[in-house]
Amino acid sequence: MAMSQTKPATAKGAAPAADIAVSVRNVSKNYDDVQALKDLSLDFPRGELTSLLGPSGCGKTTLLKIIAGLLPQSAGQIEVDGKTVTGPGPDRAFVFQDFALLPWANVLRNVAFGLELRGVAKSEREAIAEKYIREVGLAGFEKSFPHQLSGGMRQRVGLARALSVDAQVLLLDEPFSAVDEQTRRKFQEDLLALVANEQKTFIFVTHSIEEAVYVSDQIAILLPRPSRVSEIIRPSSFRNKGVDNIRRDPEYLDIVDQIWASLRSYVE
Amino acid sequence: MKNRSLILKLLSAAIVFGAWEIAGRVPISYAFPTFLESMSALWAMTIDGSIFLAYAETLKPLVLGVAISAFIGIGLGLWIGLSAKFEWLFSPIFIVMQAAPLAALIPILVMVYGIGIVSKVFVVCIMAMPVIVLNTAGAVRNTPASIKDMARSFMASDRDVLVKIIIPAASPIIFSGLRLGVSAGFIGAILSELKITPTGVGDIISFSRSIADYPSMYAAIFSIILLAVIFLNLLEKLENYLFEGNNRGYVSD
Repeated sequence: MAMSQTKPATAKGAAPAADIAVSVRNVSKNYDDVQALKDLSLDFPRGELTSLLGPSGCGKTTLLKIIAGLLPQSAGQIEVDGKTVTGPGPDRAFVFQDFALLPWANVLRNVAFGLELRGVAKSEREAIAEKYIREVGLAGFEKSFPHQLSGGMRQRVGLARALSVDAQVLLLDEPFSAVDEQTRRKFQEDLLALVANEQKTFIFVTHSIEEAVYVSDQIAILLPRPSRVSEIIRPSSFRNKGVDNIRRDPEYLDIVDQIWASLRSYVE
Repeated sequence: MKNRSLILKLLSAAIVFGAWEIAGRVPISYAFPTFLESMSALWAMTIDGSIFLAYAETLKPLVLGVAISAFIGIGLGLWIGLSAKFEWLFSPIFIVMQAAPLAALIPILVMVYGIGIVSKVFVVCIMAMPVIVLNTAGAVRNTPASIKDMARSFMASDRDVLVKIIIPAASPIIFSGLRLGVSAGFIGAILSELKITPTGVGDIISFSRSIADYPSMYAAIFSIILLAVIFLNLLEKLENYLFEGNNRGYVSD
């Protein structure tokens, strides 16, 4: 299948003027002989949610970890607010697929852990943590341990931890893939509210087409081996029609179909 | 629930001691005293203080050896677990140490270090250290990658990752290594007293046997088992105190 490496991004709807929070410039990543990412460039507009969507093995999580500073890129550079990324920083917070909670620590300490690592005094960080525990709807569970919580509640802890460090950019690595379908729908609605209320930039990795279209301001379709951006889609009309109407909006359904059509051949 | 487990523990002790008493009364062997005879011998040794004098001797190499093994063993284990190069260098030594038949090595130790406390401490260390080192190293290497990533993504220093992630995550397996190491240390302590020079509890065991005072011999054996069990229970209490959440299960699904 001959597909040009740098197929121009087909923008649907108008791209925002220039306020770019995170910018990925010509990033490549090699694991020994395997080229995971090749010359990938992508901009993430401030205050919006951008999904990275693609078949498994397309390097979406690799890209997210490079943006987080957890993996070094082989070439190219990442800029967050114009500053080049050299490692993890206070401007980014990560939400993990498997929650990555400390099993020996209660909810309060888990949520406050990011602040603890930054050297915030105990009383102060616990006050902040309590605020975000309430915000994600876990009030009353401060003293519970992770294994006493359901999967959905554990991911709320992970989300509260990321929110409590007040980073400008939130990196979410398939955050809802380990929770059940109903909880996931609730999470998606909550995420839309979060994007609307917090002035943060969200980068969201998912393998669910419906989920990406539902929550995103911008969807970057990645194609694998080696990974590059094949298409950028910006849904426009259904975003403001209310969360209950999105799933039956014609544009929503069209985009879902369109994405599936372009990904189909990459799924064995 | 707590009461029930206590009752079950007492019940199982009663069954074992009852079986011992019956087997002693049958008797299955001339050299096998009843439970009550052994207990009264233990009582007699307690009254005249000889058991305490014996333990003052036995505990010296035991405590010293276990302390050295725990301290150096956990330290080495952390290092081996953190560094692949170091693992390659040291791991084989401890695997060989663990596999070696200790009783066969004792003559060599005695030749090199004499019959004093040094040889006995060595025996305790050879018994106790490998399992502590290997458990610690394995636990450190198996720290879940995602919680290490998590700490780094929130800008943890290397020291934070070690102290706040790796050590707590490894602690259940480090402690199970410690428990195994301590029980092996008890074996080593008694073995050294039986094989090198008869002192302390080992002396009571071999002397009582040589004069056919079997109740005293079994009393001494019983007392060392009791002490080991008490010590292991204390270790478990310490673990629960230090790492409360670990005791409540793991988030692994």
